[in-house]
This record gives sequence, C-alpha cells and structure tokens, in this order.
Amino acid sequence: MFIRLACCRLLRHRKLIYISIFISFLLSFVYVVVLPHAVKLLHKPPKIQEVYQYVIPEDSPIVPTNSRCTFYDCFNIYRCGHEFNGDFKVYVYPMARHVDQDFIPIGGKMSKEYHTILSAIVESQYYTKNPEEACVFVSSIDTLNQNRFRVKETSQALALLPHWNGGQNHLIFNMVPGTAPDYKTVVELSIGKAMVAGVGFDSWTYRSSFDISIAIYSDLAISLSNDYTFKNRTTFITTVQINLHNDFITSLKSIEKQKSMIRVIEPCSHSGQNKTIVCHKNNTYNYAEIFTDSVFCLILPGPRLMDTVLIDALAAGCIPIVAINHVVLPFFEVIDWKRAVIMWSETELNTLLDVVSGIPLDRRKDMSAQGRWLYKTYLSSLKIITMTTLKILSQRLHPHSSDFYENWNLRPNPVSAKNPLFLPYMSDSSGFTAIILSYDRIDSLFTLINMISKAPSLQKIIVVWNNQLKSPPHFSEWPKIDVSLKVVQTTANKLSNRFFPYREIETEAILSLDDDILMLTLDEIEFGFQVWKEFPDHIVGFPSRTHVWNNKTNAWKYESEWKNELSMVLTGAAFYHKYWNQAYTYIMPNNIKEWVDDHMNCEDIAMNFLVSNTTNKAPIKITPKKKFKCPQCTNTEMLSADQGHMATRTSCVNMFAAIYGRMPLKTVEYRIDPVLYRSLLPKKLKRYNNFGEL
Amino acid sequence: MQAKKRFIILLWLIVLFILVMCLLKTTRKPNTLLHLTYSIDNVENLPSFMDDWQQNLEVGRPPAAKTYEARQQIPYHTSHRKTNKLCRMETCFDSSRCENDFRVFVYPLSELESSGLLTSTRSVLYQKMLDIIVESRYYTDEYTKACVFVIAIDTLDRDPLSPDYLRNIPVKMQRLRHWNGGRNHVIFNLYSGSWPDYNEDDLGFHTGDAILAKASMSVTNMRPGFDISFPLFHKKHPERGGEPGFVRSNTYPITKNYKLAFKGKRYVLGIGSETRNSIFHLHNGKDIIVVTTCKHGKNWKDAQDERCDVDNTLYEKYDYGSLLKNSTFCLVPRGRRLGSYRFLEALQAGCIPVLLSNNWALPFDEVIDWNKAVIWADERLLFQVPEVIHSISETKLFALRQQTQILWEQYFNTIEKIVFTTFEIIKERLPKFQSRDGIIWNTSPGALVSQNSHTEYLNFNLPFNYHLLGKQPSPNFTVVIFSQHNSLNSPLYRLVRNIAASKYLTQIIINSCAENNGKSGYQNIAGVQILISSGNGCRRFEPLPFIKTEAVLSLDDDVVLTTDEIDFAFHVWQSFPDRIVGFPARSHYWDNSKDSWLYTSKWTNEYSIILTGAAFYHQYYNTLYTKWLSPLLIKTVEQSHNCEDILMNFLVSHVTRRPPIKVSQRKHYKEQANNGMPKSPWNDPDHFMQRQTCLNTFVMLFGYMPLLQSSVRFDPILFKDPVSNFRKKYKQIELVSN
Repeated sequence: MFIRLACCRLLRHRKLIYISIFISFLLSFVYVVVLPHAVKLLHKPPKIQEVYQYVIPEDSPIVPTNSRCTFYDCFNIYRCGHEFNGDFKVYVYPMARHVDQDFIPIGGKMSKEYHTILSAIVESQYYTKNPEEACVFVSSIDTLNQNRFRVKETSQALALLPHWNGGQNHLIFNMVPGTAPDYKTVVELSIGKAMVAGVGFDSWTYRSSFDISIAIYSDLAISLSNDYTFKNRTTFITTVQINLHNDFITSLKSIEKQKSMIRVIEPCSHSGQNKTIVCHKNNTYNYAEIFTDSVFCLILPGPRLMDTVLIDALAAGCIPIVAINHVVLPFFEVIDWKRAVIMWSETELNTLLDVVSGIPLDRRKDMSAQGRWLYKTYLSSLKIITMTTLKILSQRLHPHSSDFYENWNLRPNPVSAKNPLFLPYMSDSSGFTAIILSYDRIDSLFTLINMISKAPSLQKIIVVWNNQLKSPPHFSEWPKIDVSLKVVQTTANKLSNRFFPYREIETEAILSLDDDILMLTLDEIEFGFQVWKEFPDHIVGFPSRTHVWNNKTNAWKYESEWKNELSMVLTGAAFYHKYWNQAYTYIMPNNIKEWVDDHMNCEDIAMNFLVSNTTNKAPIKITPKKKFKCPQCTNTEMLSADQGHMATRTSCVNMFAAIYGRMPLKTVEYRIDPVLYRSLLPKKLKRYNNFGEL
Repeated sequence: MQAKKRFIILLWLIVLFILVMCLLKTTRKPNTLLHLTYSIDNVENLPSFMDDWQQNLEVGRPPAAKTYEARQQIPYHTSHRKTNKLCRMETCFDSSRCENDFRVFVYPLSELESSGLLTSTRSVLYQKMLDIIVESRYYTDEYTKACVFVIAIDTLDRDPLSPDYLRNIPVKMQRLRHWNGGRNHVIFNLYSGSWPDYNEDDLGFHTGDAILAKASMSVTNMRPGFDISFPLFHKKHPERGGEPGFVRSNTYPITKNYKLAFKGKRYVLGIGSETRNSIFHLHNGKDIIVVTTCKHGKNWKDAQDERCDVDNTLYEKYDYGSLLKNSTFCLVPRGRRLGSYRFLEALQAGCIPVLLSNNWALPFDEVIDWNKAVIWADERLLFQVPEVIHSISETKLFALRQQTQILWEQYFNTIEKIVFTTFEIIKERLPKFQSRDGIIWNTSPGALVSQNSHTEYLNFNLPFNYHLLGKQPSPNFTVVIFSQHNSLNSPLYRLVRNIAASKYLTQIIINSCAENNGKSGYQNIAGVQILISSGNGCRRFEPLPFIKTEAVLSLDDDVVLTTDEIDFAFHVWQSFPDRIVGFPARSHYWDNSKDSWLYTSKWTNEYSIILTGAAFYHQYYNTLYTKWLSPLLIKTVEQSHNCEDILMNFLVSHVTRRPPIKVSQRKHYKEQANNGMPKSPWNDPDHFMQRQTCLNTFVMLFGYMPLLQSSVRFDPILFKDPVSNFRKKYKQIELVSN
C-alpha cells in the first residue's frame, strides 16, 4: 500500500527512477557477488568457506537422554522405507558454526576425523541430500571428543537442528566420552531419543539394540600394522598403558617379581612428556616396539574404559588380554571377540599367568592373525569404521538381510569347506531318481531301463533326450515298467543337461547314468544307494580315477590306471545329492560349465571338482568295479577310449584346478564293500551277492 | 519541494536496495554438500580430535573392588528392590566360588520337609529339572564347593491365576540357609506377571542378586550378561533322549504347500492384542494361511467382536500339526507375554520362525546366533511380512531350515539340554572357563559336547570341524594298549613289533591294569621303547597326559594285527576323524518279544558297535568319556567291569549321530580264543549277558538308543582284485593268517 503510493508519486521522475533502479542493482550485485570474491581473494588461502552461524540462546531447551530407549520405542521405523536389500538413507546436516550469545564457539573447529566420517557417509550409497527421504540423520557438529566442546551448549545446538524432533533417528558419533575426574562412560550430551555411536560404553550406559559400540581410530595402529610378524616376540605379556592407576602397577609388579613372564612398563623419569619412549627397569623402549615384541598385551582400565591401545595391539598382532570389567567392546553385536581377545577380570590378575601360559602355540598364532584381520577389516580407518557402523544399523533395520556369523568373523580361507548339506544325518530317503543321458542308442537305452526298473529303491526314471535332430521314440515303443518314466527333450546337445535340476526330480538321491551302462547288477545299485544314504554329501560311484602330480611337466596328470588311490568317480553311474545339480548349474564357475558344453567332455571331472571344492571330502568308490565295459568286448563307441581323450582330460584337470585357484580333489586309498563281502559265509546270510567283478 | 522530493527518492532507493538484498540473500542456497566446504588440502589442516587435550595428565581408574562385600559398598548397589536391576557378573556374582570347578548345589528337600513346608512345593516339571541336576556332572552336595545354587522351591510359574502358582514363597525363601541376597543363585522361571499387565518383573518375591533364567524376557529388562533368556517349553517335554526334528532329509529346493502359516488365539483386547488382532489380515487362503480364533478363556463371549464367527469357521478348517509340517515359514507372534510354545514347536518342525515379538530376547541369545535360523519381522511393519519372506533366496531358506534342526537337537529337545545349556552359559562367562566361540556354539554337534576351556586347553582340534576349517588331523597316532594281564606275553611282543613298523606311529603306551602302583616309566619290549602307565584305576579311556596325537589306536594286549591293517585303518580314520574306525564289529537290534534291546556278535550284514580292543578314535573322546558322561553311566561300567567299549560307541554315536566304521581285517577277532590263546572273557556267556544288560541300561540313561547301523566296510581299492600283489599297497591284509 505504502509502496504503491510512492511509485505513483515517483512516476513523474522517470529518469531518476531508472537511474536509482540501476544503481540499486549495481550496488546489490557488488555486495552479493563481487564483494565476497574480493574478500576471498584478500584472505589467502581461504581455510573455511562461509558457513551459517547459529547463535544458541542461553535458555534454549534441551531434552535429557532417554536411558530406556530401544530400537522399537525410540526409533521411527516408518521413515526408513522398505528396501529388502538392507538399504536406507542417511542425511548429513550442512556445515554450520554454532556460537553462544557472546559469539564464543560452542566447541573447537571440526576435526579432520569427524570430517572424514561425514565425507564417508556422503560418498556412500546410504547418503541422501533430501532430509525428507532420510531414515537416519547425522549432525555436522563434531562430537567426537568431549574435551573439545561445551556440553550444555552443544546439547542445545543439537536440539535446534531443523529435523531434530526430540533426537529421533539421529546418530551421534563419539570416540572420547567423559571428562576428568569422573570420566563418564558415555558422552554426556543430552540427546533425547538419539542414538550414540560411541566408544567405551559400560554395560550400564550402553542401551542394547539401540546404541552402537564403535571403535576409536588410532594413527599409531596404521604404522604398527605395516610390518607384522608373529615370530621374534621375546616378551610374553606386556602392559601397554603408561597412565595406569598405582594399585594396578603395584599388584602387577608383585606378580612380575614372582614370575618374570610379565613386563610392566612405566613412563621414563627423564623423558618428561615424551610419550614415544617408555621404560621398564633400566631399559628404554620405543613405545611402538612394546606392541611388536610381546605375545600378549594386557589392557587394563585407563581413564576411559576403551582407548586406542586395544586397536594398536590388534594391529600389531599382540593378542589383547582385556581386563576391564563391564566394558562393551567395539562392534560386539557382530564381532565375536573371543576369537581374537582374551577377556579377563581386572580383579583376578593373579591367576592370569597360569591360564594364559597354557594356551597352545597354534591357538596363539591363530588369535594374533584373527586380531589383525579384524583390525584391517573393521577398524583400520575412519571410513571403514563408519561403514561398519552403518552396516550394523542396516542389519537392525532389515534383520532378514543380515550377514551370518561366518561372514563377519571368519577370515577368508580358500581351503575351508562351505558344505551346504550340514545336517548331520544319514539320509532316511526311501528311493532315488535315475537320470539317463541319451542320444540315439535306443536299444541299449531300453535294455538299461528294463534292467534298472527292477531296482526296489528306484522311484522314477528321467531320460534326458539330448538329440535335437531325432525325436525320442514314440510313447508306445518305450518299455513297460512299474515306475514312472519321464522323457525330457533338451533344446541343445549339451553335456550339462545331465546335471540340470529338473523339477521332476522329487527324491534327494540321483543315480546318474549313461545310456550304455549295462553291466551293473541290481545288487550293486541297491548297495550303491545304501552307501549314499550313509554318506549323503559324497558322490558315490563305481569306477574311479585319480590325478597325480607329474614332476616332468610340472602339471597334474589324469590317470585311469588301476591305482591304489582315487580322487574322482565317474558319473556314468553314480549316486549323489540332488543339490549338486543346482550347484552345477547355477553356482559352479561359468567358464567350467561353458568349456564342458563346448568340448563335450569332462563333465564328470567338473562335478567331482565341484563337490570336493565345496565339502573338502573325497568321493566314494564302491565295489571292485574298475570299468564300465568288459575287457573282452572292444567297443569303439565308448568315449573314454582313445589317447587323445586322455590328454583332453588331463588338460581339464589342470584347467579346473587353475580356475579354482587350488587343487580341491582329495586322494584316498579306500573303497566301500558290503560288510560280508568276500567273507567265508554262506551266500544266504549275505544281503548283496550278485556283485560283478572289476 | 525539490529537496524534499529528492530526499524521498533517496529514501525509496535505500528501501528498494534493502529489499533486493534481502531477496537475493534468501534465495542463495546454502552449501549442502560437505566437500564443497573444505577442499582436500584444507582437510589436512584441520585439527585432530586428539589435539589440544592433555591426555598424558589423565590417570587410569582404580581397580574394581575385589570382594563381593566390598562391591556392595558401591552406591549403585544400595537399591535392593525386588530384582537388583544393576547386577552384572562382576558385581553380583562371586566367581571366587568357582575357582576350581563349576559345581551346582541343589537345596536338599529334607530341609523343607522338616520345617513342615513340604506340601506341594514343586511341580512335576520343576522336580524333573532338579532330578536332572542332581544326577548330572554339575552336582555337588557340599555347598562350600558350589559355584551356583539352585533352590528347591518351584519358581517356574509365577502367574497368581495359574493352578501351579505357589503361595508364600517369600516365607519359604527366608528358610534358605545360603540365600545371601540371592548371590550365585539361579532362579528358573517360565511365567511371570498376570492379567492385565503381565509385568515381566513381577515374580511375587524378591530375587535380589540371583541370576534369572526366565522365559519371555525382553531385551530391555534383561540384565546384560547376567540374566539368561530361557526357552518356554511344555510340561511334557522329555527329560532325556528327546524327539528329533521333523526334517529327516535335505530336500532342496524346499517345496511346501504353504509359504507362511499361523493358527492360534486372537486377542480382542489387552496387552499383545495389537499384533494378535491384526495378523489375520495376512491370510490369503493360498500360500499364506493365518487363522485365528477369539474362542479362548472362560468369558470369550463377553469380548467377542463381529469377526469372531467368521474367524472360527476358518479356524476349524486347518489343523495346527499339518500346518507346521506343510509350511516353509511359521509366524510366531507375541502372545500376552513375548514368548510362546509356538517358537520351539516351529523350530522342531523345521518351519522357519518369523518373529513378531518386538524386543523379545530369544532363548539363549547370548550364545546362539539366531539370525541363522529365524526371520525377525517387526510388529510395526506387519504388512511387510509377505514381501520379506518372499525376498529370501532358496539357498538361504535351505540353510535356515537346517539350522533350526541343529539348534533344536543341540540345545532344546530335552529338559536336560536346556538346563545344561543354562549352566554352560554361566560357565562360559567366567574368564577361566570361556573359550568356546560362536562357531562351536552354532555348528553341529554344539557346545554341550565341546568341552574346552582356558584351564584345560585342548592341544588339538575337536574332531568335528576339520572339513569346515580346511584342516586335517596330524598324520600320526599314539597306541594305547590296555593290559589286564600281569606278564608281558608273546602275542604282545609280536603286536608291538607290527605296530612299531608303522611309519605313522608316535608312541606306544601300555595302560597297565595289573600293577597299580601309580608309577610310569619306559621299558624296552621287542626293541621298542614303550611307556608303561599304571595306576589309572584300570580305566581304559583315561585321558593320559602322554597322548600327544589326535589319533589314538586303542588295543587289547592279545590282538593280532599286521602293520598294513593298522596303516590302512589309520588312513580311513583320517577321512573320518569324528568316528570310531576299527576292526571287530558288533550289532544291536530290538527284540519285540522280549521288549528289549539285544546285543549280538554274530556276523551280520550290519553293525553298530566297533570293539575298542582294536580301533582308532580321536583322543578328545577320552576326555568326553571321562569328564562329560553322566556319573550314572560310568558307575554302571565300573560295577560290571565290562561294557566300557559299548559305552564309548554310545558316546561317539550320540555326539556325531553317525555309525562307526569297520575296515577289512585279515582274520576274525573271535577266532583267537580257539587258537590256544589265553582264555578270553569273550566266550563267557555271563559276560555276554552282562553286555546285554549294559546295552539296555545305557539306553535308559541316555533316554534313547543312539547307536546307528551301518552296512558298509572299508577295503583298500584293489582289495582281493585279480591283479598282481605287487601292485597293491596293503598286501598283508589279503594274506591268510597263520
């Protein structure tokens, strides 16, 4: 109203108005664009860009921390979407300066560590710019070290954050809680319903399933982890803290007097504030050295429950003995510290030596290696610590996508078995499915079907018709048998079709057969099934092959000679669990599968590699049978006959071993026969009599 | 006038300028991205969070109070309310009582009887639990030796509305002589609180510093590392033996009629009704069956709503048992309390539990990694459940279902296992005894049979996990010859010679029964240094400290074995280090007419026992046999001077759930007696009858028959093949014996 009135009056002075508008624009341009640049140029180098400054009123409200918070009560899950892969979004508040009413900052400058944490979040897949879609909020006020900020004002500043909402869904990072003299075990901020990702909680301040116990970052650890060896550790147990309470020093020294296995280090009297040098009796040590020259590092309560020494000891491979009552270890929700750390009680130090000295050498080596691995994987940088924290949060939000204990705690070990069939049962199966791979040998196929259909445990026959040029015989031509018979017409003549997990396979056990395997007797088949039931995670077959190391060629050689050893059984007639079809088709390295299909060979070698690589177990050979063909009947049709074939199979063995990065096959010297095989008992007492030779 | 105008214009100019400024200022976006604020080299210039802080001047904390009494002075201990909420193992548990051993004291019943308070102090279930403890390895009748105390007053059901509710507990508690504010006591409880608020803490008496082993606890109410979340199980839960899980095969992929199933009560009002009153929305009649009824309790009609009739019709259509069997997942929502019977029922059935019970601390969650066997859903996100379960891969389903069975059989299928697991968890917390990591607890055969502690560190791997760890047992063995004879006879000389020829042999030990002088020393027999160990009280499976290898070859002193036979059996054992691998076999079978188990030494097509007179086994089984088996079993053996080999077979089969392994041998064990050998007890019919009795006693004490039949024998690959003997590695096995 006022402005319009003024404008009307001003109309008479157009020229003046134009000029004034021009001048005002010019002025504002100078003020907004040119001036800051000029200022920037004047202050070289610019340390911090202009950021917002908030003045915290003295009486700004705070909400005390809710000590009974749980994930279900204080956390608003509805903000977090429902991704099923464990994804959720984190918003990071923009940089700002917070000052009190007298324009004194509420804390020190942001530390580079906190900056690294925030950058790690911003660069991660969890970051979102949009606070509306965020599930978790992280403030840009550096709360890592309680000695670096004023507690009350910082609490007030947090409460003023635009999306604070009583602290709900906010995550407060802290690595150094408490101040002298009482050293609280959790950062003393008042944060309402916010979660603390903190270091050094005790079991009273840690709110289960809500806070996250994280690790402190240590610079020293980086250099300690570089040159690691478990050898040359001359000291058995060492203390690693120079600020221990006198009572601890006294009691440890009395132990030291009795048994010299423990070394109690102290600050050197001559070195003053120099922290890099420590003393023991008359010897001076470089502080870093004490971690690398002892087997065990005894960690006692410092001013705070947890400081960097645990991380340093882990990095240096010195097995930590944590004797701090009530301490909550870093990431204990997912890390099983028992594998790397000895947990002790700070009040029972006098019995420590007896127990620790009983730990065998192998176990010590393993703990040391585990500690270093844990350090590298979860604790070695601020980025890694931040990402581990977010991963734990993600598991809480989406527990069904959690990683198992093994993923978190076992060092990758190429030789360890990951047997998917880990139920320790013998199989109760009542029958098996025969899968016959067939191309065009209809006569022998029908003979085989007729023979095998009489096996009492057979439940179904599946014929895999691998010939695309010729249709399988008409329905009426097939033998009339008592069990159901199913013909699968494949779309391409691939060997891997025999190992496909057909929906029609309803039994656990599969008997895989070539269409020309006519020499098996029913007793042999029944016995084979019986053996499979006792060893359901093995391949159980008849003729066996082995692999030997050829020193001349420096490579593996495939052997079909009659040997005292075996490492493979042929799948021309073998029982195995139907899971392996699934693994062959979908889990086995694809280049193996492709090679087999392209070259029409070695599918049985591939299957033996697959099973042995997964279970670390050798296949089982049953009965004396050595060949599928009798020696008299020479049959050139039989694939495994000629020399070139042997060379191919040798190259398969070498190629597969290269792909797996190791030789997974296991060599054994036994076969399995019926209990009474070749015993001098009358036949009627024996269950399996009709056994062919060789 | 002109001057006035100019003044006005100037004024307006200033106002305009300010307006434009404000406009520009507010439209400027703040720097949201952090890396715009600091450039890379600037970050390095920032201070560290450890800077400008006089760390060196800080002095560490004093040691915590050493004795329990001193700890009581700490201020947070003054509040002795119903339950001392601040208890932790370090503050409320006197671990000095457990210095030497972990023993459990049960208050004798006589104390209560004499005080006239006997009248129904215990339910059948609680009595069973007490009996199990008293018969177990943990039990001690001297309270001075006890580490943990269990009271004889039934505290299982603390719901005043329940018929099993025991009145006047506070009065009875006062008579407990060693109560001491509850220190080192374990209170077992299945139900606490009552309608309408079902207060978890309300046990009706003061538990003080006692450890609560309590069902349906919430994470918030549990004292971390102190209380134990206990499973809720039926009154009819078996004491020993126990039912196996329903999953008897590893069918992959899992094909079930239903994806998710639930059949149970719907609460129209009260605590827990929020979830129970909405789950029926998940029902789709196809792959998700969720049927509820409001027909429960006496006065259900008072509170019924319009859904009740519809509900009840649908409810009657489905059978709970068949839903359990035919569904991949089973919904386990909270009831009035957080836990329900349903959880263990689903676990046994191999129906993967989908939990809708926020904050519930699952049974024994301190040691069991439940992520491997259940799916956690969130009550707040009920309607996401179908999506969640459909997002789980076939491979993961398969693993989850197998794990349900492993956990069920390892820790839950008998009262004995549940009680023992509770003790093992407490034991594991004591610094001295702990050392079993999550792998041992969460893989087969589990922590109950993996006795390993810092004080008695086993200098070898347990027999069970070689494949998993990619390790192999060390390639050598120790021979332990159990000698009951006084003189060293000639068969022994021959045996020693044959053993000594094996390149895998580390040492021969003769465990001598005859000279019980407690002395051990070396002796030269047939040119071989042999350690004679005596004074072991004639205990065959004593874990002798001289045994340094994982493999033990146990022999009788009258056995005839060739080097090839020994080497071959050892080769087989290396592939199956968790089993007994040996030569002479025996069998057992059930006789319907006699209604008992029979023992046979006839040559049959099957066997279930390998005689330990000639067998390889892992030395860990010596430890288990001597330190883990129930004292009653050991007593049976010691009284009869017989059957120790049968018991060893029971033990190994019980632990591994696999039969032993027989390898081919040159001649039959039994024939020896006819060959002019010293008179063997094997032909004695009384001896045989005794073994039969043992078999049945063992079955009774184990609660089931752990022995399993095998019908296979391991032979060398070229065994009795018509090829030249020179090509065979183990020739002697085929030679005819003399």
